[in-house]
Amino acid sequence: MVSTPENKNYKVIGTRPIRHDGYDKVTGRAQYGADIKLPGMLIGAVVRSPHAHARIKSIDTSEAERLDGVFAVMTAKDLPRLGDVVRGNSEESGSEKHLSENVMAFDKVLYKGHVVAGVAAKDQNTAFEAAKKIKVDYEILKPVIDVDQAMSKDAPILHEDYTCDHLGKEVKNSNVAAHVRHENGDLENGFDKADLVVEKEVDMQTVHQGYIEPHSGTAVWDEEDRVKVWTSTQGSFAVRDSVSKVLDLDVSRVKVTPMEIGGGFGGKIPIYLEPISAVLSRKTRRPVKTMMSRTDVFDATGPGPGGKVKVKIGIDADGKILAAYADIRLEAGAYPEAFIEAAAKCVFSCYDVPAMKIDAYDVLVNKPSSAPYRAPASPQVAFATETVVDEICKIKGYDPIDFRLLNVAEKGTRTALGPKYRTIGLKECLEAAKKSDHWKSNLNSNPKTGKKRGRGIASGYWFNIGFKSSVNLSLNPDGKVALIEGSTDIGGSRASIAMQAAEVLGIPAEDVRPSVVDTDSIGITDVTGGSRTTYATGYAAYNAAHKLIEEIIEKAALKWDISKDQIEYSDGVVKSKTDSELKMTLKEIADDPPGGPIVSSASVDLEEAGGGFAVHIADLEIDEETGKTDVVNYTAIQDVGKAIHPSYVEGQMQGGAAQGIGWALNEEYFMSDDGVMLNSSYLDYRMPIALDLPMINTIMVEVPSEEHPYGVRGVGEPPIVPPVPAIGNAINDALGLRLLSTPMKPSRITEALKRKK
Amino acid sequence: MHPFNYYAPESIEEASKILEKYGEKAKCLAGGTDVLVQTRGEKFDLDAIVDVKKIPELTELKWTDSHLVFGAATPCYVLYEDPKVCEKFPGIIDSAFLIGGIQIQSRASLGGNLCNASPSADGICSLIVHEAICVIAGSSGLREIPVEEMCQGPGRNALENGEFLVSIKIPLKDNKFSASYERFIPRNEMDIAVAAVASSVEMQDGKVSSCRIALAAVGPTPIYAQAASELIIGKEPTEDNIKIVSEKAKEIASPIADMRGTIEHRKDLIEVLTRRTISKALERVGV
Repeated sequence: MVSTPENKNYKVIGTRPIRHDGYDKVTGRAQYGADIKLPGMLIGAVVRSPHAHARIKSIDTSEAERLDGVFAVMTAKDLPRLGDVVRGNSEESGSEKHLSENVMAFDKVLYKGHVVAGVAAKDQNTAFEAAKKIKVDYEILKPVIDVDQAMSKDAPILHEDYTCDHLGKEVKNSNVAAHVRHENGDLENGFDKADLVVEKEVDMQTVHQGYIEPHSGTAVWDEEDRVKVWTSTQGSFAVRDSVSKVLDLDVSRVKVTPMEIGGGFGGKIPIYLEPISAVLSRKTRRPVKTMMSRTDVFDATGPGPGGKVKVKIGIDADGKILAAYADIRLEAGAYPEAFIEAAAKCVFSCYDVPAMKIDAYDVLVNKPSSAPYRAPASPQVAFATETVVDEICKIKGYDPIDFRLLNVAEKGTRTALGPKYRTIGLKECLEAAKKSDHWKSNLNSNPKTGKKRGRGIASGYWFNIGFKSSVNLSLNPDGKVALIEGSTDIGGSRASIAMQAAEVLGIPAEDVRPSVVDTDSIGITDVTGGSRTTYATGYAAYNAAHKLIEEIIEKAALKWDISKDQIEYSDGVVKSKTDSELKMTLKEIADDPPGGPIVSSASVDLEEAGGGFAVHIADLEIDEETGKTDVVNYTAIQDVGKAIHPSYVEGQMQGGAAQGIGWALNEEYFMSDDGVMLNSSYLDYRMPIALDLPMINTIMVEVPSEEHPYGVRGVGEPPIVPPVPAIGNAINDALGLRLLSTPMKPSRITEALKRKK
Repeated sequence: MHPFNYYAPESIEEASKILEKYGEKAKCLAGGTDVLVQTRGEKFDLDAIVDVKKIPELTELKWTDSHLVFGAATPCYVLYEDPKVCEKFPGIIDSAFLIGGIQIQSRASLGGNLCNASPSADGICSLIVHEAICVIAGSSGLREIPVEEMCQGPGRNALENGEFLVSIKIPLKDNKFSASYERFIPRNEMDIAVAAVASSVEMQDGKVSSCRIALAAVGPTPIYAQAASELIIGKEPTEDNIKIVSEKAKEIASPIADMRGTIEHRKDLIEVLTRRTISKALERVGV
C-alpha cells in the first residue's frame, strides 16, 4: 500500500514462483537431520535423568560396556570443563559452562530428561539396551517448577556457584539469574494524574515449539582432530561455534553441514546431541548418529518460557496513556536467559508511553533450558498488556482500535530501551483492521444453538534482528546463476533470497539456483532466527548481485575493448550504450569470459530491520456447558515491509497465528509436583490441528523498512504475539470472564462460569 | 525391544495353538494401531506377534436372522462404508468414524479397540449400549460373553491364556431402536476423550421400553451405567426425565484428575453428554 524506497515496478519481487526446494520436499527426496547415513556409522543413545533436580553421586557404565555390540560409552568426564565465559551474541548467547552442562550434566541434573551419559552401538536397539544398563546413583533434591516457587524464601537453589546480577549487584544463592530495570519519565506522577488505572497479572504456561522433526546429531571425529557434523539446525555457524566451545576446539576444526529442517521456530538454535556424537566418534573412530524421540524433545529441548507478568497502565480522561509499569518474571529453565531484555523491549512496544518502568526477572526453574520460540518473550508480555488495554476499553467504552490509534507508537516514539522508532507500520495495521471485512462483519451471524460468540482484538510486536550474512554468486555458462548461502532454509528463504538477486539481475527467480552449504563453503552467516534471514541474507544477495553486474560489465569491457562506463546492464543483457551491435545475453558473456569465470560475493552486518507489528482479530464460539472453544473467524493483519514472496509471508502470518491459538487454548507443560512433564506426546500436548482452525485471513500491509533496499522487514515472529490476548479478549467478550492463565482450556472456562454464577 | 516371531495363521485352531504356546509373550495383531505402538514403547515384552487378519472369520461382516456379526479385525472403514450398517446402527458408526483419523480407521478395528481395553476407548461404549456379544476362541472351542464383561481394568481384558476375540455380534432390533455416541475432546479430532457417553433407546407406545447408557474415561474401564439407564425405562422421554438419567450418570462416573481433565469437569461432561446422546438417539428413532 505504500511505495518502496526504490520505487519501481518489480519483475520478481511480489510474485509467487514455486520454491526452489519445493520438489525435493514434496517428493520426499529432501534429506533431513536423521536421514544421513555414513559408512560404518554407529547409533548413539543417551541416558536421561528421571529426576527434575538431583546430584549425581556416581555413574556405573561397566555393564553397558560389556554388552555385545557396544562400541563406546561416555559421561561428562569425557568433555572439557569450561569456565563461566559469556560467548556469542543474539539468540545463541550464554555461558560456555552452561552450554556444556546442558549437553551433559557434570555433577547435578537440573531437569527431567537432562542427559547424564551416552553410548554408541551397532544399532539402535543395542544402544537403547546399553543405555538402560548404565546405572546412575542420584541424591534427589526438591525441584522448583515455577517462578513463584523459585523466588520464594528457602527455595532450593539450582546453581549454588552462579553469580546473579540483580540491578548490577552481584548476588549468590538465588534462582533469579538476573533482574533488569528500564525506566523512562516520571512514573509516580503519571499514575497520580491518571483518571483510570488498570492492573492485571497473567500466568503463562511453558510451551513447546512443536517442530515435527525431532533433533538429531551426527558426527565424525577424524585422526587429525577435525570434527564433521551433520545436523538439522537454524544456524550452522551457531552450531560450529557451540560445538567448538563444548569440545574446546578451534572453530576451523569443526565443519557443520546443515541438513533440511523440519521446523524450528527458534528451538533448533541450541545444540544438544552434536557434541555427544562427536565424543563417541572420537572414542570409536566411526561416524555416530544420535536421535531424539518426541518425548525427549518435550522433556529436554526448547521450550518457550512460562512465567508471570503484571502490567499496570494509567490513562487520562481523554484516554491517553500517562504511565505504565510491568513486572515480568519468566522461566529461564535450568540455565539463565529467558529473553527478559526482549520482554522489556516488547511489553509496551505498541504504545506511546510517556512514563514507564519495567522490572524483568530471569528465573531459574527445574525445567529444560528455555530456547527462543518465535518472538521470544513477546507473546508472554503482550498477553498482560493487551488484556489491560482491553479492560480499559471495556471500562471506558472505548473502541479498541480507536484507543490503540490514539496511543499508537509510530516513527519517533521513544521505546522502552531508549532509541526512537524509525518508520514502522502499526498505525497502518490498525487502520487496515478497522477497514477489514472481518471487523465490519456481524459477529452473531449463524451461531450454533446454545453457543456464545465473542470477538477480541490485540496487537503485537517483534523487533527483528540484523547481524551477519554472506552470499556468493557465480554465473554459469548457460547464463543462470548459482547462489551460495549459509542461511538454513526454514520457511522459504531460499526463494526469498534468490528472488532478491533475480530482481537485481532482471532475470526469472528460477534462473537463480540457491544452495545452502556447509560452514567451510561460505562466509559467516548468523542464525535463521529473529526474522533476519530474508532481510539480512537477502541484503547480502542484493549486494552480491550488484557486484556480479559490475563483474559482467568489466568482462564485457575487456571483450569489446571499450571503457566500462560505455556499458550498461539490464534484464539479463549487457550492451554498449552507444553501439547497438555490441550486445550479449548472460549466456553469451558467461561462455568463456576473458580473465576467468564471473563470480561475486558480499557480506553484511546489519542493524535491526525496524520492527514488525501485527494486529489480530479473533471470533470465537463457546459451548458454555462443556467449555469448548472454537475459533470461527480469524484475521491477521501485519506490516510486512515488502512481501518478497507473498505466499510465504501469508504462510508465516497464518503459522504464527496457529501456534499462538494453540498457546491460548490448549498447550501447556502439564507438570507433576516433582517436576515431570506428564503430557510429553502429541496426543496430550494439544497443539491445534487443521480442524481446529478456520482459514486464517491475512492482510499484508506494506510499510517499507528504511534499512533495506526493498523495504524488507522480518515477518516470521510478529504473528505469534497477538493471538493469546486476542483469544482472551474474545472470551471476555463472549462470557464476561477474564481468564488470566494459559491455556484457556475448557475446564478453566466451565470453572470460571460456575464461579461467576 | 528385541526381535520376535511373526505368525499369520489362517484358521482359528492354528491361531489358538500359537497363542497357547507363547502365553503372555504373544499378542494378536489386528490393525496394529495400538499393539505396534505399545510394543515399540516397550509396554510389553513379546516373543511373538500373531496376525489374525488371514483368518476368514476375523474380517467377515455378515447378517444373520438375529444379529449383525463382524470379525474382530474388521477395520472401522468397512463398517462405515456399509450402507446397511450405517442405516441400522448409526451409534456404532459414531464410534467407527471417530477412532483416529482416516488412515487409522483403514486399519483399526472395533475388536482391537475392545481388546485394548482402554478406559477412554471410543468403540466400547457403543458396543455396550448395543448389547453386543463377544465371540471368543480358545483351545476348548468358542464361548460368548456380553461386551460389558470384557474390560477388567486399564489395558486388561477377560481373555484367558491362549484365547482371542473372533467376532462381535450385535442383536438386531426393530426400527424403534437407535443409539448415539459422543465424546468430549478439547480439539476437533486426533484426540483422546476427556469424557464420553453412548446411549441407546428403544421406544414402545411413546415410552422408553429399553435404554442403555455407557460412560468412558471416567473410571478404570468403560462403565455400563445400568442404574442410570433404568431410571427412564417405562417413562416418556421428556426433558425432565432425561435430566434425571443424566444426573444419575454423573453420579456413577468416578473419574480421576489428570492432564486430560479435572474430576469436576469430567463429571459435568458426563451429565451434558448423557443428555445430548439420549436426545440424539431419540432423534434417530424419530421422537
